[in-house]
Amino acid sequence: MRIGYYPGCSLEGSSKEYNDSLFAVAERCGITLETIKDWNCCGASAAHNLNHDLALSLPARSLALAASQGFAEMVVPCAACYSRLAGTQNEISNNVAVKTKIEGFIDLKLSAEVKILTVFEFLQKYIFPVADQYIIKKLDQKAACYYGCLYTRPKEIAAVEQIENPMEMDDAMAKAGATPIDWAFKTECCGAGLSVSRTDIVAKLSGRIIEDAVDRGAESIVVACPMCHMNLDMRRPEIKRQLKKELDIPVLFITQALGLSMGIPAFNLGLDKHYVSTDEVINCLAEKEA
Amino acid sequence: MKFVNIVETIKKNIVHQSTHHHADTFKSKVEEATGVNISHCYQCGKCTAGCPLNEEMDIMPNQILRMLQAEMPGHEEKILSSLAIWLCLGCDTCYSRCPQEVLLSKVMDFLRQESIRQKKVNPKAKDILKFHQAFLNSIKMNGKLHEVGLTIDYKLRSLNLMQDVMLAPSMAAKGKLAIFPHKVQNTKAIAEIFRKVSEDSHE
Repeated sequence: MRIGYYPGCSLEGSSKEYNDSLFAVAERCGITLETIKDWNCCGASAAHNLNHDLALSLPARSLALAASQGFAEMVVPCAACYSRLAGTQNEISNNVAVKTKIEGFIDLKLSAEVKILTVFEFLQKYIFPVADQYIIKKLDQKAACYYGCLYTRPKEIAAVEQIENPMEMDDAMAKAGATPIDWAFKTECCGAGLSVSRTDIVAKLSGRIIEDAVDRGAESIVVACPMCHMNLDMRRPEIKRQLKKELDIPVLFITQALGLSMGIPAFNLGLDKHYVSTDEVINCLAEKEA
Repeated sequence: MKFVNIVETIKKNIVHQSTHHHADTFKSKVEEATGVNISHCYQCGKCTAGCPLNEEMDIMPNQILRMLQAEMPGHEEKILSSLAIWLCLGCDTCYSRCPQEVLLSKVMDFLRQESIRQKKVNPKAKDILKFHQAFLNSIKMNGKLHEVGLTIDYKLRSLNLMQDVMLAPSMAAKGKLAIFPHKVQNTKAIAEIFRKVSEDSHE
């Protein structure tokens, strides 16, 4: 079956390494992803802050395109895109009047429903069944898996089984040989959309997340969202100023961590593109015990 | 006869008040636009307790709901000109913990849109609004977000010209800056969506 792919804007720009590592892992496992032709931006927080109809129309166009291109499912690795696309699907499927209105705006029919796969579902369905033969190394370290808001809330579209204590990435990290830690900030907000307009707030919220992970002995933080990554990694200087502490814990995308355990070179996973050095993670790679 | 008249008058008044009440209050306007029943809130305060931005807000989330319920003169103005509605990140922690399932993030979305419409945006929220506007503008032009374009547009709007300037060289070196925008092929289709939505909201 063909698997559709909706990269989202961040994965073509500031979070290119998430895109590259996802493709590297998929390729290693023999899975092909096909990008939705002419997909557009989901509107992110800007659209739903400013105009509700726009916030539904922008994702709806990409959903309609995916369906018309014959995709029954589509992988959406960005948490914000997932939230907007799944939220739109949810609102449209529950309200015929809204659906008709939005179809008018986008001039496309929203007939078939495309199943949206988060990165967790993608790993679960396509990678884990074959992963054992490809995982050849042990990522020997303690990892704090950070899920943030958009995979866990609102509950109608939550992409995790337990919204207060999700375990999807923890299970994936255990497969990679790491020890996932129990910590308190798994689903707290990093500040997301205020990264540019109120960096001070982001430094405060993201600082608390990093501080708790470090306090509980984590050696890396693992994420599945470009905004979380940007705030925890690129905003580290502001966070250090806020906390008045030197905290150099690296932040990895889940696909980068899995890729390392599959023996994919760090460069191909874009580990050189981070602000906080990921050398310690690469150095802790050990041979997998037979 | 006189008594019957009085009863009738009272009845008429009650009917008049309740229909008047339903059509015109700010609370009913919010409820109609969002489908959220504001009366469901019984002020337990869990939304405020869990809100990651409660210490930055000028009105607490539960207070916004209470003010909508109370429908006192001046409350609409106070809510729409608050900083709180712009600080709300839409993280939905409030909604997941609300025993009454009041979807506060949807109310906040509406309050922001109404705040712009009535030109009541809090001066301290101007940069937040400008960022969102610059973001949408980038999508309108390209169909996708162009991060470089967004940054320049935001800087010009907010006049925070030097902010994050030091990030540019390192981002470029890491291959994270696309100087030219990635565009959708059908830019016309995107422009049409923006045009239709905007026309509809001005009706």
